[in-house]
Amino acid sequence: METIVFSALNGVLYGLLLFMLASGLTLIFSMMGVLNFAHASFYMLGAYLAFTLGASVGFWAALVLAPLLVGLLGAGVERFGLRHVHRNGHVAELLFTFGLAYLIEEVVKLVWGKNPVPYVPPALLQKPLFTLWETQYPSFKIFMMVVAIAMFVALWLLLKRTRVGLIVQASLTHPHMAGHLGHNVPLIFMSVFAVGCALAGLAGVIGGALLITDPAMALTLGPIVFVVVVVGGMGSLSGAFVASLLIGLVQTFAVAVDASLSDLLARFGIALSNRSDLGRITLAQVAPMLPFLLLVLMLIFRPRGLMGTREG
Amino acid sequence: MTKLTRRQIVGSGLAMAALSGLPARAQGGPVRIAYIDPLSGFMAPVGDSGLAHLQFEAERINAAGGVAGGRKLEIVGFDNKLNPQESIVQLEKAIDQGIRYITQGNGSSVAAALIDAVEKHNARNPKDAVVFLNYAAVDPAFTNDKCSFWHFRFDADSDMKMSALTDFIKPQTDLKRIYIIGQDYSFGKAVADAAVKMLAAKRPDIQIVGNELHPLARVRDFSPYVTKIRASGAQAVITGNWGNDMTLLIKSATDSGFNVPFFTYYGGGLGSVAMGPGGVGLVRQISEWHSNVEGTGLDDTVRKFKARHSDNDFFYFRIKVMMDFLAKAMNDSKSADPLAIANALEGMEMKIATGTATMRKDNHQLIQPLFLSTLSDNVKFTIDNTKFGFKTDLKIEGKDTSMASTCQMKRPAA
Repeated sequence: METIVFSALNGVLYGLLLFMLASGLTLIFSMMGVLNFAHASFYMLGAYLAFTLGASVGFWAALVLAPLLVGLLGAGVERFGLRHVHRNGHVAELLFTFGLAYLIEEVVKLVWGKNPVPYVPPALLQKPLFTLWETQYPSFKIFMMVVAIAMFVALWLLLKRTRVGLIVQASLTHPHMAGHLGHNVPLIFMSVFAVGCALAGLAGVIGGALLITDPAMALTLGPIVFVVVVVGGMGSLSGAFVASLLIGLVQTFAVAVDASLSDLLARFGIALSNRSDLGRITLAQVAPMLPFLLLVLMLIFRPRGLMGTREG
Repeated sequence: MTKLTRRQIVGSGLAMAALSGLPARAQGGPVRIAYIDPLSGFMAPVGDSGLAHLQFEAERINAAGGVAGGRKLEIVGFDNKLNPQESIVQLEKAIDQGIRYITQGNGSSVAAALIDAVEKHNARNPKDAVVFLNYAAVDPAFTNDKCSFWHFRFDADSDMKMSALTDFIKPQTDLKRIYIIGQDYSFGKAVADAAVKMLAAKRPDIQIVGNELHPLARVRDFSPYVTKIRASGAQAVITGNWGNDMTLLIKSATDSGFNVPFFTYYGGGLGSVAMGPGGVGLVRQISEWHSNVEGTGLDDTVRKFKARHSDNDFFYFRIKVMMDFLAKAMNDSKSADPLAIANALEGMEMKIATGTATMRKDNHQLIQPLFLSTLSDNVKFTIDNTKFGFKTDLKIEGKDTSMASTCQMKRPAA
C-alpha cells in the first residue's frame, strides 16, 4: 500500500515537472510549427539564473525574476533570430534551435562551470511537510505541485476565457486569417515564444532545486518533453497535462514494480525463460525506454495525440 | 604596434599546426600520457577532476626534476564521452600522435575495450607498444581472466573492496536485511555479484531484500528507487554508484528521511555537494584514501590542490601513487621505453603516504592499504565546499586485501 501511495506521489511529482516544461513547448510548437530543441535549455537557464540571483536577492525574488529574464531572452531569440530564420522554412528553424541548445549549454559551462552548482530550496521549504508510514515528504515537493497546478489553471483560463486567449487560439489554427483581421501576428508569435520560455524558466527554478543543477540537465530532460507534447497532442494544454502525468506515473511504477519481462509476458500467455538474457530484464531497467515506446506507438496509431485538435 | 593581416595570422596558425604535427619522439622531449576519460556530458565533472589530478602530479614530478634523465611528463586529455567505441577512436588518435602511455579510470566497460585494443595494437606493433595505466576501473576481470601484461591497475578491484566492506558488516549482528543497488553495466554487476557471494559466505543469515540495477548516468530522480528500497524493509544499502548517480541516490534517500547506512565505493567522490547533512554518520565508503587519514604528511598537498581548484578536492590519492610508480620506473631504468617500464613496474614496491604499496607481478594489481570511513561533520578537511568530510573507522592493511587471481599472464618474448 505505502509503495503504491509513494509511487503515485513520485509519479505525479515527476509528471508535473514535465508538464511545466511541456506546456510552453506545446504552445510554441502548435502555434509557430517550431519544434524548439532549445526549450529544455531555457529550463536550464532558469535554474542557473535562479541560483545566481537567489544568492543576492533570495529564493522568492528569484522565483519571479529568473523566469522573467528567461522570458525576455526568449523574446530576443524570437525577434532577432527565429523570425529571420522563419523565412527559410521549418528545417532552418529546427537547425537554428538545435544549434541554440548547444550554444546555451556551452555558455552555461563557461559561466558556471561543468560541476553541479549547490542550488537548493530555501530552508523553509526543506522541512518535511508530513510523515506517512515514517517517510517524510519534503514541503518543497508539495510546493512544486501547487505551482504546476496553478500554472495549468492560469494558462487554461488565459487561453479559454480571455480575449488574448481568443486571439492566440485564432492565430494557432488560422494565422493568416488572424493577420488579415488586423491582429499583429508576429507580436503574438513573439509573446507566445517569450511566455513559453518563461514557463520553462519557471520549471527550471523549481526543477533545478528539486533535482540537480548541472550543464547536462537540459540534455536529459529535453527528449522526454517532446514525447509529452506528441503524446498529449499538439497545442493541447490539457493533453500535455494528461500526457505528463501518464508518463510520470508509467516511469515511476515501472521502477517500483519488482517484475521481469518474463513475468509480464507470462500474463499474456507467452512463455519466456527467466534465465535467458531477455527474460531477466526487469521492468525497472526498461523504465527509461517506456516514454519513447509510447511516442512511437502514438505516432503510428494516433498521430494527433491524446487530445490534439489537428492531425499531425 | 604593427597590425597583423588576416593572412599573416592564418599563416602563422598553419605553421604552428604543422610544427605540432611533427612526431615529438626526440630524446629529451616530454613523455606524454594520454588521458582518455569523459570530458563532456553527465560525467564530465568526474573526468575533469581526474585530469586536474594528473596535471597536478605531473607538475610536481616535473618540478622535482622530471623522469628518465630530466624529461618532463605531459598530460594530454582525450574526451571519450564515457563510450567504449569513442575511446578506441581516441586511443588511435593518441597512438598516431606518438603517445605510448595511456591512462583511464571511468567505466569498466571503457577499460575493457581499451585493454583489448592495446593488446591488439601491441601484438601488431611490438616495437611501438602502449602501456595502459588504470587508476579507477575496478572490474575484477582485468586482473583475473582478462589480465594483460600491458595493463596496470592502481585502485583496489571491486572484489577487494567488497571483501573489506563485508568484513566490516560481519560483526554487526543486528543487520539482517540488505539492499544492493548499482549502475547497469559490467562494474555494477560485478559489485552486486561480489556482495551476494561474500555476504552468503560471511553472514548467511543476512537476507538480500533487493538487487537492482539502474541505467548508468541517466537517472535524475532516485525517489522511485528509494521508495522501493524502503518498502523492502532494508536496514542498509550497498552501492557501487559513482558520480552524480551516487549523490542523487543519497540526496533522494535523505530528502525522504530514509536514514539507513549506505555502504559505498565512491561516497566521497566528486559532487557530494548535493548530498546534504542527512548523510552524516550514514554514508560509509571503502577507499585507498580520504583527506582525513592521519599521519600521511599530505595536508599541504590537499591544501595546495584546493587552492588551485576551488571547486574540486584532492580525491585521487591513487593517481599520485600511480604517477610516483611511473616516475620511479622511468628513473630507475633511465628510459621511457614502454616494454622496459612495464617490466620495471611488475613487482615494484614503494613506500607511499599510507603505508607500503606493491604492484603484484602475477596480475598487475596494486596492493595498498584501504580505509573504511564515515561521512562526518567534525573533520579537519571537508569536501566539496561543504561542512562535511570523511573520518576513518578502520584501516585494512594491504596484505589483508590481496586475493587469489586466475590470471595467466602472457609476457612478450624477450
